[in-house]
Amino acid sequence: MNENFWSEVNRAAGQKITHCYQCGKCTAGCPVAFAMDYKPHQILRLLQLGRGEELLSSRALWVCSSCQTCTTRCPCHIDLARLIDALRFFSRQAFPQVTRHGMPLFNEVFLRSVKRYGRVYELGLTLQFNLKERKVWRDLDLGHFMLSRRKIRLLPEPVENRKEVAQIFSAEKEGAR
Amino acid sequence: MKLAYYPGCSLKGTAREYDLSTRLVARHLGLELVEIPDWNCCGATAAHSTSHFLAVALPARVLALAEDMGLDILSPCAACYQRLRAAQEELKRDPELKRQVEGALGRTFEGRVRVFSLLEALAQLGEEALAAQVVRPLKGMQVACYYGCLLVRPPLTSCDDPEQPQLMEKILAPTKVDTLDWGGKNECCGASLIFGAREVALNLIKNILHAAAQVRAHALVTACPLCHANLDLRQKEVNRFFGTNFAIPVFYLSQLLGIAMGLNLRDLGLGSHFVDPRRALRMVGS
Repeated sequence: MNENFWSEVNRAAGQKITHCYQCGKCTAGCPVAFAMDYKPHQILRLLQLGRGEELLSSRALWVCSSCQTCTTRCPCHIDLARLIDALRFFSRQAFPQVTRHGMPLFNEVFLRSVKRYGRVYELGLTLQFNLKERKVWRDLDLGHFMLSRRKIRLLPEPVENRKEVAQIFSAEKEGAR
Repeated sequence: MKLAYYPGCSLKGTAREYDLSTRLVARHLGLELVEIPDWNCCGATAAHSTSHFLAVALPARVLALAEDMGLDILSPCAACYQRLRAAQEELKRDPELKRQVEGALGRTFEGRVRVFSLLEALAQLGEEALAAQVVRPLKGMQVACYYGCLLVRPPLTSCDDPEQPQLMEKILAPTKVDTLDWGGKNECCGASLIFGAREVALNLIKNILHAAAQVRAHALVTACPLCHANLDLRQKEVNRFFGTNFAIPVFYLSQLLGIAMGLNLRDLGLGSHFVDPRRALRMVGS
């Protein structure tokens, strides 16, 4: 895992983690830093120190909204949002239980919908996610409003060429990066 | 101008009114939209948070379909727009990945298709073409143009300046609507965090609404279905959660343009707002 981890983290956007001089601009602009255990600049510092594995169980990875402010403003051109994506991948590998709730669960249910229909089936996705989080009645009022305004479809609308979409997912499973 | 139209999943569901109004306004402006046949989901944040390959391969199929049509793409959804542009850049940058994607899809990429956001497509038509269609000026209405993240960040795929975008203001200038100078235009709304980290997203939404209220905006304008869902559908929840009292309607850019163009309000999907827009509309006699 170790070697793999470092080569993937380094490969992510082919960037120079060592260039970070801890100016803190990423953290200053991060809209969700207030909810993070490790702040964005600390994520980079831990990577520089070779302590990246501490990050894999961190809440910060799943609180990041991928808004790209850090990436946009970094004076050293480090794509931190892309690095966080790579860390999420290893976090799921190291702690499969993270996918039982919150954002990792949402992402998983979302992609399952895409795999199955080629498109997102919003109603199915929401119901399944709420069910798995054991919050079946969450947003019931919103759901009612949306159904009455036809803002949500009752049935999925799958792509015709499902084989092609399936090929993408099987290639991914076979280890294409 | 003729463009391959990529609505994306949201515009077929929660953002139905964005789809309706975009098609309608485009038609009146002489912009021909041909929906990409059998398009698939771009994968959104779920894909790029999970696998770099999926994040490129899913949008790559859409790019390939448009290439077959020989047309550039219009992607009104900001998230789809960013994913298509990012995939395009990755296919250019990483030949090994391109080879794998081509292998999985059984398709090849020449990479000649361009991807436009709604902002770019409208701006390209020019101020005069827009002004020619304005029959009901929106004088007296003050709006805060809200760009969010994905239209303008990261710089590699940005359709405008990431820190001080102005395209929306330019597009709306012929409608005579008053576009406010405010601090929230490219703050993040939290996007899908509303599902997986609700309190965090509610905080971000509150901050944006607060910034808009501070400059006395009568309405917000957006060009992203995720931003719209968070700001409009979740506004009541924000009020409940923080004890605030916001009642700011959120228009899609295409809806506001359509109103100024005198188009039928129902056809523009104005009946599906969660926060009632009627007070703002009465202000301009609509």
